Amino acid sequence: MNLPDGNRQAPKPQAVSPASLEIILIGVNHRTAPVELREKLGFTAEETESLLTTLRKLSFIQEVLLVSTCNRVEVLITTDQPKTAREMLSSYIAEWKSIPASKLESAVYVYSGNDAIRHVFRVTASLDSMMLGEPQILGQVKAAYRSAVETKTAGVILNRLLHKAFSIAKRVRKETGIGGHAVSISYAAIELAKKIFDSLADKSVLMVGAGEMAELAVEHLIRSHHSGNIFVANRTFSMAVELAGRFNGTPLRFEEIHEALPSVDIIVSSTGAPDYVIRRDHVKPIMRRRKNRPLFFIDIAVPRDIDPAINRIPNAYLYDIDDLQGVIDENIKIRHKESVAAERIIDEGVIRFRNWYENLDVVPTIVALREKLHAIAAAELNKTLHSLDLSEAEQEALKKMTEAMVKKMLHDPTMFLKNPGSHRNKSAYLDLTRNLFKLDDEIE
Amino acid sequence: MTAALIIIIFLYMLSSAAYLGFFMMQNKILQPIAYSVLMGGFLLHTGLMGYQYVQIGQMPVQNLHQTLSFAAWALAGVYLLLRYRFHLKILGAYTAPLTTLMMIVAFCVPQTTETPSTILNSIWLIIHVAIIFIGEAALALAGGTGGLYLLQEHAIKTKNTRFFFKRLPSLEFLDSAGYMFIITGFTLLTVGLITGFIYAEKVWGKIWSWDPKEIWSVITWLIYAALLHERLVAGWRGRRAAIMAIIGFAALIFTFFGVNFFLEGHHNEFTRW
Repeated sequence: MNLPDGNRQAPKPQAVSPASLEIILIGVNHRTAPVELREKLGFTAEETESLLTTLRKLSFIQEVLLVSTCNRVEVLITTDQPKTAREMLSSYIAEWKSIPASKLESAVYVYSGNDAIRHVFRVTASLDSMMLGEPQILGQVKAAYRSAVETKTAGVILNRLLHKAFSIAKRVRKETGIGGHAVSISYAAIELAKKIFDSLADKSVLMVGAGEMAELAVEHLIRSHHSGNIFVANRTFSMAVELAGRFNGTPLRFEEIHEALPSVDIIVSSTGAPDYVIRRDHVKPIMRRRKNRPLFFIDIAVPRDIDPAINRIPNAYLYDIDDLQGVIDENIKIRHKESVAAERIIDEGVIRFRNWYENLDVVPTIVALREKLHAIAAAELNKTLHSLDLSEAEQEALKKMTEAMVKKMLHDPTMFLKNPGSHRNKSAYLDLTRNLFKLDDEIE
Repeated sequence: MTAALIIIIFLYMLSSAAYLGFFMMQNKILQPIAYSVLMGGFLLHTGLMGYQYVQIGQMPVQNLHQTLSFAAWALAGVYLLLRYRFHLKILGAYTAPLTTLMMIVAFCVPQTTETPSTILNSIWLIIHVAIIFIGEAALALAGGTGGLYLLQEHAIKTKNTRFFFKRLPSLEFLDSAGYMFIITGFTLLTVGLITGFIYAEKVWGKIWSWDPKEIWSVITWLIYAALLHERLVAGWRGRRAAIMAIIGFAALIFTFFGVNFFLEGHHNEFTRW
């Protein structure tokens, strides 16, 4: 957190009470803006920093953060003039990016208060992503937060909001199945392989042809602690040599595929061949030689490389691109089901954050502080009175003394919190006080 | 006695419900609950059988009621023991209901104890019965694992990744676990049969008397022997091995019950009411 000693780290001075600040988020995402608009709006890291610095200088903005990914551009601020902020912010960004304001206006959404908080939580937890549950967004929001911290445009409220968002995102990932089921062709293939083979570690892989998806599948496989052999066959042998080098495998000539079949376990095929490369008659006889160990074919090619009749051979399994897509569609449905539980976690987070935020005001903080000290004093006084045999008058005197002590001790901090001086950041002091005296225990 | 039996059945039922819930809803908390309840039922069951042993001074396998109860006990015990070795948590959804079913049947058949015959009082008989029953429990688990294998294989072949696919472990794992169950069960069955022959030799003076139960036991033994032989020689694994494990289990059930009702023999007096 920021140290409230009035140094440069603390955000802009605030005469206003922090709880009267409004959290506002404006932005566009893949649902509201077409890609042409989103690509014009994208901010590089340098642009982000310069925009943050510029926005921070505006009188109505206290804290600011910018998230820019290929699917969304969002500006998150705290402001004491919500009305002005709403009106000015989007036109300001349109101007900055030299886009007609009217064009941006139609795509922009604006959230404030609880809606803005919820939106930040949902985005970070990947509930608002194009591919529900995709893991990159958390890293992107973290990077956005880092630039805001580095340019010193994030203060107490955004610090807290973002940290909450990160912990909620982690909880959602851990407690729901939202990120648990494969939604890409290569991962779906690995997921299937894991249901056929007990362990992929010692399995041999044959890659026929080349292609992004096939290469990705093999790469994912290597990453899941694979140590078996990898063979790469290609019509162009030099290509096979190159790919084999990349995967630390053995290059094969295209004609050698059939000789390799008895010794491999997983075949990933992705050639441009117009006809089947591997037929049922190639596979049927080798199953006995394999002692019926399972054989898994992944056919990513269109037109298909592998004879569909192979799937009917016992212990041979074949998935083509449509089958894999079917698996993915099913998994997406599961992710959507799981998102219900995720929304509940988020609602809970919004309420908790709101509680903290509302308490981040002078009056509730002073009240809580006073209550805490009085409670301590009363408890200690009680103990002492029980152990001593005092007269009524003496007891009364002791009570008066403790109360006077508490009052005197509270006087200076109270005065300071009510008016820390115009050049200092009030919310940072309130947050410090709450932390120092552990006043947030009940709501945490 | 009846009260203890009812509590045992209740615990097994509870465990079955928890295992089925774990299987259907994939709720991770249910699994340890199901396991603990099954363990509780098993321990109580062990206590009951110990009590019966002390009471009649012999193994409580005198009538169908006791035989079934003993078989259910062996099944639960073998599963509880092997679960850690194979991490086959999902098999509980098969074992617990099967144990429960056997106990309910045991509860329903008459519990009249026959006057213990002295010929049953032999160490060979105790070994024979105990080993056979434990072996049969392992083979029952092999049959269940074979069933799970077929379900999972069907899901993968037909590209239906919705239900069983997500819930069941990999084919290779089911196959090797089933294989281990069969090796264990087959070994025990073999030892059990041999001790049976030794016992027969002592009591009747001949090791083989063409008793239907003897004949069917050997048929069952041959089925498993064929399965193991083919696996080692011709690589019968996967689907075929799973089907054979189920056929073997069916033969086992017939040997256990069918023979008692349809055929006559010297095993009858303590396996039929």
